[in-house]
Amino acid sequence: MTDEPAAPILLEEVTYRVGETALVSGLSLKVEAAQTLVLLGRSGSGKTTALRLMNGLLRPTKGRVLVEGRSTEEWDPIQLRRKIGYVIQEVGLFPHFTVSENVGLVPMLEGWSEPDVRRRTDELLTKVGLDAEPIGARYPHQLSGGQRQRVGVARALAADPPFLLMDEPFGALDPITRAEIQREFLTIRGSLSKTIVFVTHDVREGLLLADRLGVLERGRLVWSGTPEQFRRSGDAAAAPFLECLS
Amino acid sequence: MNLFGYLQQYQTQLAGRTLEHLWLVALSIGIAALIGIPAGVLLTRRPALKRWVLGVANTAQTIPSLALFGFLIPLPWIGGVGPRSAIVALVLYALLPIIRNTYTGIVGVDRSVRQAAEAMGMTDWQLLRLVEMPLAARTIMAGLRVATVSGIGIATIAALIGAGGLGEFIFRGIQSVNTGLLLLGAVPAALMALAADFGLGLIEKRLVRGQVGS
Repeated sequence: MTDEPAAPILLEEVTYRVGETALVSGLSLKVEAAQTLVLLGRSGSGKTTALRLMNGLLRPTKGRVLVEGRSTEEWDPIQLRRKIGYVIQEVGLFPHFTVSENVGLVPMLEGWSEPDVRRRTDELLTKVGLDAEPIGARYPHQLSGGQRQRVGVARALAADPPFLLMDEPFGALDPITRAEIQREFLTIRGSLSKTIVFVTHDVREGLLLADRLGVLERGRLVWSGTPEQFRRSGDAAAAPFLECLS
Repeated sequence: MNLFGYLQQYQTQLAGRTLEHLWLVALSIGIAALIGIPAGVLLTRRPALKRWVLGVANTAQTIPSLALFGFLIPLPWIGGVGPRSAIVALVLYALLPIIRNTYTGIVGVDRSVRQAAEAMGMTDWQLLRLVEMPLAARTIMAGLRVATVSGIGIATIAALIGAGGLGEFIFRGIQSVNTGLLLLGAVPAALMALAADFGLGLIEKRLVRGQVGS
């Protein structure tokens, strides 16, 4: 152990197997504080598995996943997950809760007072571009896809977690809404200091949002670097993605 | 004598038997819910038990009700002649729909919703209380409704082992080949079943917030 602060998220030679199939194999990754790491990969490349290993939804078969220097096996899973906002493509809003209740759920579980929860909820809804009045009182099924995803982001940010894991959060949106929400996300991110791991198969999105980029292929990290390096890279791993850009 | 004649003649008896009937069913459904809902939840947590628990509940359901009432008479503690045996039998019949619907309701909760709940650091108890139970409420209520409506019908047989209820009129009617008397038991029982179905249906709708299911 050295004196320098532990990397926020560190994967050491992590393998995750289901039966005989390795969804992730020998994966080593380091996520720097307040940076956005984008994991780029095709379907089935192990992106989602990698994310789910980070918040302890999955336990590595081999290797270690360290969050703030501590293995996810040692963390109390509840405490670990409260530190990590999680946004998924299907959003997973609670259909029986209003928008405000969805967003305020984690703060409520954390025991915030009711006025604090309400203030926080309104603040976050505004931040993601929704009017707390009247949208806060609506139910998820009354929202559009874009609004729903915004609520999902607001919910993940609710208790101000230092980490954010995002699993193709904008993947189900139409291209225009998607571009809009990506731009807004950049703005929001600029005003917060979060360590983010963002998973996508969309190379444009990856290049737009990444501080660093990692390419996954069949559960392995085959390339990593900055978006700039990626653009200029002649690497075989980068080529198919770069072709999508032209 | 027509039905109204019987109604007048048996007015007070009818009120008593109806209350008895209601009490038999309400108590047994209450007990069955207290056992069946936790049992259904347990099955979602320990799927290995599913085969056994549903198997037993299923078997109970297949025993002809007349026979089940008969079986219970000689049993100590839970059996004997009178309401106790009847309640045990009614509870056994009500268990299957309640357990099964609780299980299906919870298992049917959208995967992404469960995943989101888990990822935000809900404890299992919070997941159950805040997410799964509210979302399964409609299905669980539907199970209670089925159990209640069929319980009201089955409870008429309870009269055979001296548990009272509206079945008294039906059996007396059969024995004396008296259709009026038979109807005096059957019609209120049918009305009670309809009313229960309607009332529980209203509660079912009220339990649902937002968009749950379709």
